[in-house]
Amino acid sequence: MTQTTALKLGVQIRTGKISAAEAVRLSLDQIQRQEPQIHAFLNVTEEYALKRAAEVEEGIAHGRYTGPLAGVPLAVKDNFCVEGIETTCASKILKGFVPSYTAQAVKNLEDAGMIVIGKTNMDEFAMGSTSETSAFGVTHNPWDTSRVPGGSSGGSCAAVAAGEVTAALGSDTGGSIRQPSAFCGVTGIKPTYGTISRYGLVAYASSLDQAGPIGRDVSDCAAMLEALSGQDPKDSTSLNRKDLDFRRYLREDVRGMRFGIPKEYLTEGLDQEICDTLKEMETELRKAGATVEYFSLDLVEYVIPAYYVIACAEASSNLERFDGVKYGYRASDYEGLHQMYKRTRTEGFGEEVKRRIMLGSFVLSSGYYDAYYLKALKVRRLIQEAFLRAFQNYDIILAPAAPQTAPKIGESLQDPMKMYLSDIYTAAVNLAGIPGISLPCRVDSRGLPVGIQMLAGHFQEGKLLQAAYTYEKIRGEWKLPQGQEV
Amino acid sequence: MGRQYETVIGLEVHVELSTKTKIFCGCSTEFAAKPNTHTCPVCTGMPGSLPVLNKKVVEYALKAGLAMNCQVNQVCKFDRKNYFYPDNPQNYQISQLYLPICHDGWIEIPTETGGKKIRIHEMHMEEDAGKLIHDEWEDCSLVDYNRSGVPLIEIVSEPDMRSSQEVIAYLEKLRMICQYLGISDCKLQEGSMRADVNLSVREVGSQRFGTRTEMKNLNSFKAISHAIDGERMRQIELLEEGKEVQQETRRWDDNKEFSRAMRSKEDAKDYRYFPDPDLPAVTIGDEWLERLREEQPELQEKKAARYEKEYGLSAYDAQVLTQSRILAEIFEQTVQSCHLPKKAANWMMGEVLRRMKEQNLEPEQVRFSPGHLAELILMAEKGEISNSNAKKVFREIFEKDVDPKEYVQEHKMGAVTDESSLTKLILEVLAENPKSVREYQEGKEKVLGFLVGQTMKKSRGQADPGLVNRILREQLARK
Repeated sequence: MTQTTALKLGVQIRTGKISAAEAVRLSLDQIQRQEPQIHAFLNVTEEYALKRAAEVEEGIAHGRYTGPLAGVPLAVKDNFCVEGIETTCASKILKGFVPSYTAQAVKNLEDAGMIVIGKTNMDEFAMGSTSETSAFGVTHNPWDTSRVPGGSSGGSCAAVAAGEVTAALGSDTGGSIRQPSAFCGVTGIKPTYGTISRYGLVAYASSLDQAGPIGRDVSDCAAMLEALSGQDPKDSTSLNRKDLDFRRYLREDVRGMRFGIPKEYLTEGLDQEICDTLKEMETELRKAGATVEYFSLDLVEYVIPAYYVIACAEASSNLERFDGVKYGYRASDYEGLHQMYKRTRTEGFGEEVKRRIMLGSFVLSSGYYDAYYLKALKVRRLIQEAFLRAFQNYDIILAPAAPQTAPKIGESLQDPMKMYLSDIYTAAVNLAGIPGISLPCRVDSRGLPVGIQMLAGHFQEGKLLQAAYTYEKIRGEWKLPQGQEV
Repeated sequence: MGRQYETVIGLEVHVELSTKTKIFCGCSTEFAAKPNTHTCPVCTGMPGSLPVLNKKVVEYALKAGLAMNCQVNQVCKFDRKNYFYPDNPQNYQISQLYLPICHDGWIEIPTETGGKKIRIHEMHMEEDAGKLIHDEWEDCSLVDYNRSGVPLIEIVSEPDMRSSQEVIAYLEKLRMICQYLGISDCKLQEGSMRADVNLSVREVGSQRFGTRTEMKNLNSFKAISHAIDGERMRQIELLEEGKEVQQETRRWDDNKEFSRAMRSKEDAKDYRYFPDPDLPAVTIGDEWLERLREEQPELQEKKAARYEKEYGLSAYDAQVLTQSRILAEIFEQTVQSCHLPKKAANWMMGEVLRRMKEQNLEPEQVRFSPGHLAELILMAEKGEISNSNAKKVFREIFEKDVDPKEYVQEHKMGAVTDESSLTKLILEVLAENPKSVREYQEGKEKVLGFLVGQTMKKSRGQADPGLVNRILREQLARK
């Protein structure tokens, strides 16, 4: 079970080799074994999963679930609402909040027959790159439990890497699927903005947030992406795409495909082994018949400032609703409305969230709006244009997922600025709204996985999957960390 | 005689649109429903919920904008206005600041010296907040989110008004336009129309505006009028004492008839407006605009002009009849059936308005069929019923919408037009009043009136007074 994939597990379930309930049970067993070391989950929904398993089994028998993922257990990042299941965004302020509705992304996976087995840990409100800002404890990287799994979808990625599930749902605002996927040696996709409904995904930065699949390999992610995608009338920013049959791009062929590597990405600050990995990839792709060129991508130095100004501005407004009035945490000792607001939010939010709310409130205040927020929007448009120009020459851009492999727990939080800067390779993708995939390439000298990103133009998930699938075949079998095999 | 001051007033008017559903979700906009029954994750600000724009709101706003001669921003956007208050479940209100749907329009108001154009600075769409109810007994506040997300348009005028009369005329005009368009009932008391008054004073002849204050919580025309007059005096007194007017927001207390400073310019809130990333820009195509222009109903000015021309009514009558679209429609339908516009106008302005006033009814509460009024007018015209009886019958029509023909027959109220039976009655009256007969013959013409009255009384009002008059003269001449 622990070394299988979601699609293989799906075949076993559909052909009756194992039942959906047995698949759930296997997952639960592995969770029980792994959680003391990993803490990928905030909430394991055993009862809900077993009830769903019965429904799905019956559905498969009656031809209601015919898709490749029917019966496969799924871990869901805790910023997606699931009806009747506590949803906290790993924040004290939402402790006890039980939504009365299910996020459309989760619903789509459930409609494909997947079974929600639990909610995974994350950086509080997805603000962080290590999953350490969670109010409910850190998640450990299954490859080395003294290290972080990355973030913010660290719980989802660690759950897959620890063999607890074969598939997980994450969200990506500035790299929150791709970076932890790289740290945990799993595969994750952030699709084109608007491909997956954001309804029920608790907003961090609305214009950047996208849900996406996390799995063992490219094929699993493609199958999940197919199930996840589609226009949702409840989300005005979701798009009406016709090209959602992603699995047909899973073919081994990169002949004539043009790859580009931004020179600016290979400067100081990038770990040598990651740089070497990228170069190996370059050689392999050339051998497979692709062209690979280095080129100059404009405005790279402005990505982080623009990203943090926009993300924090939106976050400062999105998080205003957490006020102690309607749901979640309320301070116990206060006099009057203003003190209630103040104490609730002071006690309910963690440091990183407060830092971003303050930063965002500042850049939106009168007198600073033009100089920061509007300027950042302009920069964002220029960054989009820089990518559009690049994609006139290249089908795929290759990029590191992070400047380093997984850092030690406790290392990053001491220097928030350094943590922000580590989003350099991922945040631009959200600013531009383009799709990106992160997939494991090799293990570095410390035994940690190295992930590389492939990026494509808007709506070019097909090309992206084809390139990633081809590279995956070249790379060969990818095993979960030794310690996790059972 | 001291210095002469001029009052300068601009208005921010909120109008609640009468769409069936809310602006960003599918919940009902019904007024006065049980608390928190018309709510969903969107209008209660649940985590992960997202707004989806109700196209009808855009349509209603455009109708208003076109009727107010506005320019339309064919690409407009929504912005978030951030402020913390429990009636506002997201703690931001979705509104429009940077690219509102309409701008630069005008409407004309009647004044003593003729029509005056009041310019509209801009008009935007936004969502209403919920309602806070303070429970004194439990010492807690409760929130009802039924109103949260009800669509509003805010109409911001230029500072073009100079008196409370002009302000009331402006508000009445806005209300009339909205009612004609069928986009709002504009009831101040129910809060479906709310006005904030920006007021400053300056010496007559001065080109510069004085420092203004903003007054809120004005729930009736009377409150608005009193608040304006009071604020004008307060500011003039400050200036006369050599003091300065502070730029501030003031709250009107309806019970005390007095306004109190709420917050000064220094405490002015920073709403941190920014474009709402959940809502794409709204694009308004030429075709849509064109269709709305074509569908626009005949508004009051045009209707009144047509009444003068087509029906030959006086300007005054045409004005009165078109104040309410509903009453104008009743009038027109009546005319269509009886083809007696002047008679119909008299009935509308006399009996209909009188009964409405007596019973304190709004036009939409008037229930009778115009066809029944038309029938009654025709019956009176043909002399089939006396005027006094017609009024009695109308009362039944107004209250129970009875069919006048049936009612008159049933209650034997028809005019006695048969000459021989009338003559018989008259001879009886003459026999009973020999003194009056003698006086008439002696040349006292005015006793005729008395004799007509006696005859009418005897006929229990059913006699045709004209006919009575003629037969009486004939019979008296024979004596």
